[in-house]
Amino acid sequence: MAAAAEATPTNQRVAEAQALMRRRWLRARWGLSAPAVLIILLFGILPLMIMVVYSFLEAGEYGGVNWKLSTDAYVSFLFQRDIFDGTLTFSPDYLIIFLRSIIFALATTVICLLLGFPTAYFMATRPPSQRTLWVFLITIPFWSNLLVRTIAVMITIRDEGLINDFLLWLGLIDKPIVMLYTNFAIMLGLLYSFLPFMVLPLYASIEKMDFRLVEAGFDLYATRGRVLRRIIIPLAKPGIIAGCLLVFIPAIGAYVTPLILGGGKHLIIGDLIALQFGSSRNWPLGSAQALILMVGVLIALLFYVRTTTGKAQALHG
Amino acid sequence: MAEGSLTATAAAPGVAAGSRRPRRALDLRYQPGFGTVAICCVLLLYAPILVLTVFSFNGGSSVTRWGGFGLGWYAKALQDEGFHDAALTTLKISITATIVSTLVATAAALATTRTRRWPGQTATFIVINLPLMVPEIVTAVASLSFFALLASVAHLNFGLGNLMLVHTVFCIPFAYMPIRARLEDMDLTLEQAAADLYATPWQTFKRVTLPLLMPGITAGAALAFIVSFDDFTITQLVAGPGQMTLPLFIWNRTRVPLTPEINAMSTILLGVSVIFVTVSFLIARRRRD
Repeated sequence: MAAAAEATPTNQRVAEAQALMRRRWLRARWGLSAPAVLIILLFGILPLMIMVVYSFLEAGEYGGVNWKLSTDAYVSFLFQRDIFDGTLTFSPDYLIIFLRSIIFALATTVICLLLGFPTAYFMATRPPSQRTLWVFLITIPFWSNLLVRTIAVMITIRDEGLINDFLLWLGLIDKPIVMLYTNFAIMLGLLYSFLPFMVLPLYASIEKMDFRLVEAGFDLYATRGRVLRRIIIPLAKPGIIAGCLLVFIPAIGAYVTPLILGGGKHLIIGDLIALQFGSSRNWPLGSAQALILMVGVLIALLFYVRTTTGKAQALHG
Repeated sequence: MAEGSLTATAAAPGVAAGSRRPRRALDLRYQPGFGTVAICCVLLLYAPILVLTVFSFNGGSSVTRWGGFGLGWYAKALQDEGFHDAALTTLKISITATIVSTLVATAAALATTRTRRWPGQTATFIVINLPLMVPEIVTAVASLSFFALLASVAHLNFGLGNLMLVHTVFCIPFAYMPIRARLEDMDLTLEQAAADLYATPWQTFKRVTLPLLMPGITAGAALAFIVSFDDFTITQLVAGPGQMTLPLFIWNRTRVPLTPEINAMSTILLGVSVIFVTVSFLIARRRRD
């Protein structure tokens, strides 16, 4: 700040102190960022590369891999090899599971947006003192144990759960509605798990919005609906994109939800991958599937980076 | 943030309690039905948790049929030796991961906020955020492959250290965020004054930077702890035989006939999350006020 002012002794001292501090941090910066970067590279990124290598190896008999180059994993992702004559036939089983997961994740994202947008907007238009409470209410589930929250859904919707007991008591049904271990359960679980991930980024962007533009819109005879469509939603776009991504990415790789609420009957990518590393003992296939998922997520992220300019802000906003 | 003329109408709740309609018509921010959706969302988010918590105080033995008030299931959960061991294992992992991740995240946050943009800054920033962009299940199987390889090729097995390392990796971005945010808001002049008054770099850091940064570090550590404490997916796949954390223990309990003991254990875990989130939240709030 003082750099532009005239060179009084005080200003000079301030400038010197600033330069001194800058030099100190300049000297230290590589060393300071090194530990975090090294830990992540070594134990976060290197494993991903090993996974890529594993996807091109042969499956070991008891799990693990044999060190022989093979594209079996990718071939068996799309084709089934006949055990007798080794011919390949197209088998869309895994593809269908991937498509199911994408549909689940997209549906989750859309429903979260439809519920989350009005919620975030409502929160952001409360008086400041109430806003804090609302944000707190959404933050608690955001950070709460996902497994425990999913178990809570399970005990509520199972055959002898609260909802069925209540409906039976009312006399609306005479035998429990089967909800647990169905597609509905997975859908509900995903929605329940990731709704806060949509609301918080949306809230952050709507809260920063300049409401004078809304005022201007009304001044120009726009209706409420038109103001919403033409002013509020376009202004909230960065939050909408960030929120959709924060829901879509964990939803497509969800593991806890299908495990607890899908009961192994309705596989989606998450439990399919885990299955290859567990009872199916086909690590290369699991690695290949994980890699395909990862590539899909990267494409979504690239799309995000392209559509937003202030990407750093959205991540740390 | 945008405090325009609109706040005058929005910031007077209850004043015109008798004339709700006219006030809404004047409130330019009002959108019909949004409040209802918001309340429904909160109900949706809290209903299952409330059911879980309420029935942890069930005297009977059903997880959703009320049999009178009782603390018996808490007593049972707290006397369960498996639960104790799991709690101890979880704490060992979470505390180690929290300390290491907070330390390195603090250092990295200092390196990425204190000087003008430099190539290493962008690189550091991207690397630190990478764990957030990889789906958990992918991190889980990648880490599993990695440690299997270490074990088979180099005969290296760190035991619980495997889990500590993986947890540290995904805790770093969570610890980094609030520390960085705090550093960006911080007034640089105090550090400069210290330097001007011949404080050594270490003295400046210890006496000026660190105390000012402490709320950020506490918030970051709280988040890192809770993320590690709650992790299920990665832990489940990476954990070796006999390595049982609290989430794994609870999951195992869902596979036998359910009793409110699982509600009690789950409520304890939720309680830990709520405490840490509240601490982190309050600190972050105080910073803004």
